Amino acid sequence: MRGLAPFWSDLFEKFGLMLLGLVAFAAIVGIILFVADKAPKKGRDVWQLLAFIAPALLLLAVGLIYPAVRTAILAFFDRTGDEFVGLDNFAWMFTQPDILRTLINTLIWVALVPTLSTIIGLAYAVFIDKSKGEKVLKSLVFMPMAISFVGAGIIWRFMYEFRELGFAEQIGLLNQIIVWFGGEPQQFLVDSPWNTFFLIVVMVWIQTGFAMVLLSAAIKGVPVEIIEAARLDGANAWQQFRNVTLPGIRGTLVVVVTTISIATLKVFDIVRSMTGGNFDTSVVANEMYTQAFNRNEFGYGSALALVLFLMVLPIVVYNVRVMRKQKEIR
Amino acid sequence: MTDVTDKAEAKLDRPLGQRNDPRAAKLSKASKAKQKLTSPGATIAAIIIAVVWTIPTFGLLVSSVRTPEEIRTNGWWNIFVSPSFTLENYAEVLTTQGASSANLGSYFVNSLVIAIPSALFPIILATMAAYAFAWIKFKGSGAIFVLIFALQIVPLQMALIPLLQIFSGVLGISGTFPAVWIAHTIFGLPLTIFLMHNFISEIPGEVIEAARVDGANHTQIFFRIIIPLSLPALASIGIFQFLWVWNDLLVALVFSGGTADVAPLTQRLAELVGNFGRNQERLPAAAFISLIIPLIVFFSLQRYFVRGLLAGSTKG
Repeated sequence: MRGLAPFWSDLFEKFGLMLLGLVAFAAIVGIILFVADKAPKKGRDVWQLLAFIAPALLLLAVGLIYPAVRTAILAFFDRTGDEFVGLDNFAWMFTQPDILRTLINTLIWVALVPTLSTIIGLAYAVFIDKSKGEKVLKSLVFMPMAISFVGAGIIWRFMYEFRELGFAEQIGLLNQIIVWFGGEPQQFLVDSPWNTFFLIVVMVWIQTGFAMVLLSAAIKGVPVEIIEAARLDGANAWQQFRNVTLPGIRGTLVVVVTTISIATLKVFDIVRSMTGGNFDTSVVANEMYTQAFNRNEFGYGSALALVLFLMVLPIVVYNVRVMRKQKEIR
Repeated sequence: MTDVTDKAEAKLDRPLGQRNDPRAAKLSKASKAKQKLTSPGATIAAIIIAVVWTIPTFGLLVSSVRTPEEIRTNGWWNIFVSPSFTLENYAEVLTTQGASSANLGSYFVNSLVIAIPSALFPIILATMAAYAFAWIKFKGSGAIFVLIFALQIVPLQMALIPLLQIFSGVLGISGTFPAVWIAHTIFGLPLTIFLMHNFISEIPGEVIEAARVDGANHTQIFFRIIIPLSLPALASIGIFQFLWVWNDLLVALVFSGGTADVAPLTQRLAELVGNFGRNQERLPAAAFISLIIPLIVFFSLQRYFVRGLLAGSTKG
């Protein structure tokens, strides 16, 4: 308990800095708008326009466009960024067993997470639709969405915790259940290749709530009259779902699947905090960080970032096209 | 005025890609048939899913109030056999200072100091830009807006290395709060501009035209009409950005320098969990300290949270 005093001085110092930052920001924005307001009559509109969009555009140009272009270029240079190496970084990527494993893992993630999350989320949304306590039931499954991936990682580290049989009591619930049923406790996060699937479970646990909330909103948007008509025609619950609800929520389904796919491709925190990418569990986003910031291999890191970009690109393009089509329909 | 916001707010409650208007369904609720589609089997399945989804978090919460000795030696479910309750883990991880201690008090402060400006800066700049794109006519407006929208597809990973080089080489601010603020602001802008534009462009033209006729210029319109009308959207998007920053690990790892001076909770937690064996009695309490703010936001502002999520789910 010693040393609460340094904590308070530390706190005041940091909040002071924050206040200073906020005031500085307000002052800059205020001055820009004020100057634009008082600009000479001639061309005032241009000045005001600049005042409104220049700050955002400047930040984006310097902080996002330039870096992205530079990363794309660095992908073809060596670790220091001085020497052009052509496609060597990509050749390295596809010849190293470790990195190939990383690429394959990423594909497994992106195949499983959207599928499982969407199916479970959709089933749950249908099951609880119009039921008593729907709100509470929704909150329970949706809650993991609010917490950080790191927090989720810790929660599941405890679920998966392993103790050698006979040496100690299990403290992880899953292994305890296995032991209760007379099984052998498993090292869920160490034994490859299954450990990747146990990491995927964590992501599914988080994303299911997201899928459920969106799909639930969509289900409620399907006109009751059509469902009613189908029911009167003698369709059973499954047929009603299959022939009325499902077509009615197709647009939302596409958005849910693509959104979760994109989030999954970029998954970093879960792998980082649960296995650190060891035991053959690494994924592209994690490997990119390891290469660039732990090993200072900026060439390799940039190449991996570029691969990630190329994986995300088609999904986003598809997503945007679907959304635009829907806008036209609407 | 309320009509205007109601209409625009309704839009916030609709997920992207949603074709039907959920409100229409609500209106016809009266005609909703009494019988339930859900069978007993479905109810049981739903309850199982709900339980399975809740148990991991519940287990962590229970663990966090058991003694360190108990956490090490047996599972949290034993609390039902031998009940115990202590807050010493929380006291330990929050207040103990020193190199090997969790020292989460400092990191908690850091998380707040990072997340508040990192939520405010981008939404203010985005609102300004969104207003310009929606209501100031200029050449290339459409093209630039599409470009900004397209920037959302650039993964953070693409920008990290060069941006870090700019921060450390050109500006010399790497590892400080301003570096983290600026990084989060930049990464948040494409989505916030897009979302604010969606909202601001829905404001009826007559309202703005009337102000122009009265002699108001852009700055005045912005402060007197746009900001007040956009408050619900600002709240949703602000909350979403705040939580995104609060939960972020990647940006923190790259730009915060990783010390108790600047780094947020997520970074410290990742470190602690990296040495799981040594820290396991601290981790439940430590994790809950990082979850408490998101959970409060989630349960008290769920409506705003859901809206932000429906709109902002493509971020990253």
